[in-house]
Amino acid sequence: MRGRRRTLHRPSRARAGAAAVALLLGAAGCGGGAGSTGAGVVRASWGDPQNPLEPANTNEVQGGKVLAMIFRGLKQYDPGTGEAKNMLAEKIESKDQQHFTVTVKDGWTFSNGEKVTAASFVDAWNYAAHVDNKQKNAPFFQEIEGYDKVHPRSGTPTARTLSGLVLKDEHTFTVALRTKFSTWPDTLGYAAYVPLPRAFFDHHAAWLKKPVGNGPYRIDAYTRGSVMKLSRWDGYPGEDKARNSGVELRVYTDNNTAYTDLQAGNLDLVDDIPSTQLKNVRADLGDRYINQPAGIVQTLAFPLYDPAWSRPGADKVRRGISMAIDRDRITRTIYRKTRTPATDWTSPVLGEKGGYKAGLCGEACTYDPEKAKRLIQDGGGLPGGRITLTSNVDTGSHRLWMDAVCNSINNALGNDRACTVNPVGTFADFRNQMTEQRLTGPFRSGWQMDYPLAQNFLQPLYYTDASSNYGKFSDAEFDGLVDEANAESDTARAVGKFQDAERILARQMPAIPLWYQNGSAGYSENVADVHLNPFSVPVYERITVKP
Amino acid sequence: MGRYVVRRLLQMIPVFVGSTFLIFFMVYALGDPVAALFGDKAPDPATAARIRSELYLDAPLWKQYLHYMGQILTGDFGTAFTGQPVLELMADAFPVTLRLTIVAVCFEILFGITLGLLGGLRRGRGTDTTVLLLTLVVVSVPTFVSGYVLQYLFGVKWGLVSPSVSPYATFDELMLPGLVLALTSLAYVTRLTRTSVAENSRADYLRTAVAKGLPRHRVVTRHLLRNSLIPVVTFIGTDIGALMGGAIVTERIFNIHGVGYQLYQGILRQNSPTVVGFVTVLVLVFLLANLLVDLLYAVLDPRIRHA
Repeated sequence: MRGRRRTLHRPSRARAGAAAVALLLGAAGCGGGAGSTGAGVVRASWGDPQNPLEPANTNEVQGGKVLAMIFRGLKQYDPGTGEAKNMLAEKIESKDQQHFTVTVKDGWTFSNGEKVTAASFVDAWNYAAHVDNKQKNAPFFQEIEGYDKVHPRSGTPTARTLSGLVLKDEHTFTVALRTKFSTWPDTLGYAAYVPLPRAFFDHHAAWLKKPVGNGPYRIDAYTRGSVMKLSRWDGYPGEDKARNSGVELRVYTDNNTAYTDLQAGNLDLVDDIPSTQLKNVRADLGDRYINQPAGIVQTLAFPLYDPAWSRPGADKVRRGISMAIDRDRITRTIYRKTRTPATDWTSPVLGEKGGYKAGLCGEACTYDPEKAKRLIQDGGGLPGGRITLTSNVDTGSHRLWMDAVCNSINNALGNDRACTVNPVGTFADFRNQMTEQRLTGPFRSGWQMDYPLAQNFLQPLYYTDASSNYGKFSDAEFDGLVDEANAESDTARAVGKFQDAERILARQMPAIPLWYQNGSAGYSENVADVHLNPFSVPVYERITVKP
Repeated sequence: MGRYVVRRLLQMIPVFVGSTFLIFFMVYALGDPVAALFGDKAPDPATAARIRSELYLDAPLWKQYLHYMGQILTGDFGTAFTGQPVLELMADAFPVTLRLTIVAVCFEILFGITLGLLGGLRRGRGTDTTVLLLTLVVVSVPTFVSGYVLQYLFGVKWGLVSPSVSPYATFDELMLPGLVLALTSLAYVTRLTRTSVAENSRADYLRTAVAKGLPRHRVVTRHLLRNSLIPVVTFIGTDIGALMGGAIVTERIFNIHGVGYQLYQGILRQNSPTVVGFVTVLVLVFLLANLLVDLLYAVLDPRIRHA
């Protein structure tokens, strides 16, 4: 570069033209510097949220980051343990696990000064559930009485509001559920359940440009697709006040660039370490690298709607395939321990009390190539003599682990052609093939929890005709145990029932647990006290900035 | 001349209609994008149906296309899934990419033509061989390699510039990305200029110019360079279109929120209004740049006339 420039300065031939261009560049070059960041502000990486920032319309982590900063709901999950604790809720009571009375604490306001009342919740929930508002998280309200009136499967809604929500006074409302659901109050920490100010309904477009909430931060400026500046809200009445003066979220086109910016000292926090950097990250960041379990589990689901996979004896084949996968080796070599081999269908972030039980899957999730081969033969062999694994490959190194899993199966069976992979280019295409039941072999099924409850890892995925039960697994005993667990008022006993239900999964193996996904993050020397919560979102309000 | 321009402009209409239809068809062929909006969860059928009908996705393809073209003619390019109008995205992205392209083209002209001229005038000698070798190296290194390497060296190792570009994307910030983007084309411009200069320096009119005693700089700039620039101008003209749309890799590496980034996001999220809208504008840019090149021919070489 330097050498070439020198050769350029010497000759005089094209000087006139060169000078003109240089002038042009120079003149244009002084067009104002980059915006500076104030003291005490955390500069963090961000991605462009996929949806408008409405709470009930945000179902991915980038929009979730903002909501976690500017909103507080009835419950809040403890960043360390994941336990649901009362935040705006004074108390949530029920005698029958189906009808709940919610009392909202006094003294909370939105950052624009409006009081947070019971109506702030009821209005927000009614808005979220109504089909005309096209909120992607509307199904979170399906447990509430009257949901099918405001959100019919087809046709026009026959009601404006949920009949199960009744406003009692300024601080109280009641909720009637369709069925018994003892742990329902613990689901209320999810972002879809936050209260909304009147401005959201009255000046919707303006609110979307600059959302107003009741959390420890408020938004100063938001340039869509590039940057959001948040500052500490000093009037915040909660106990988890922000310990820094603000957060600047910067949209990065590529997580590699964010990582480079972190190394160059232009960024304080990266919450997604690119997989290509995993081998250097310890050397680059030392103990400023975080790698901890997140509430995400990856499984390989079987298309049980296909008779070849649901015939008698196929359960042996399914368990055999599970035992042919060397999870430990794959997580070590491909993911460098940012995944942990799975031994049940939930996640370690739930903790023992919440229903996680290491080793529950037992032998069926332990690598044992000889026994795997025997089991598959006993069960009548692979359908058609071979299987094909399917996943989208646009994110998450999915192609790599599929190849590795196939190798592992082929080695166990001593047949190079037993397992092949079917990479699908985009997530949307993959999702459509799943929904339309076009897949005839095992396919990837990832699950990121909505709230830290065992119920959330089991019911939506394996209950008969549940929303995300793509393989169409159906087992009356499993359904019965889940129903019993939901009706159980004692948490420990409910957890026991969920684990009994999981033991049925271990026998039937409708989906092979592969690994638990970790959240990873790295931070600069400017900041301290960086933690990730069980949803692998940084706990921004606890971060301190060094002076 | 005027009639020529009008004819060319009229020719653009079928090209425009055809290319938008092709793009529309290809994005459509990727499948239904709504399913991917729901993350790990199964799409709620009622909500998905509402979103589909709002985006006009439940109509047959030809109806969708007519609807879309009707929208475009009234100046409405649709909305992205984030709820942001595509027109707003364009207003944000095109100026940024335009600035990046200007920087890149300046580098091409400045370095490419100069180096090519040097090589062409001293062909076979040390300078020429060095230039040829350099361009060979540059052409054979892919953009993402040169991008990451230069970013690491200038941004992290030496700390001379910021590795990423701020949302304002000012000209001085775009110097390094512009250089990376220009590198391959720069090498081509160098080689094109060199060959052209080498060829023309043996031409009769040049010998005449030297013989009648013109000063050397006048011979080179007025006679040699001007006549040698025709292929180079063609290349740079088509390159403007390519640079504006093909900056996906460079824009991703340097965190530039321009056209390439929006296209990448649009394709990843299968958001047809974004992709078709942006590509349509790119097609127009391409067509106009080509027209400009053809008009420039007449300026450079008076023998070429447009009737």
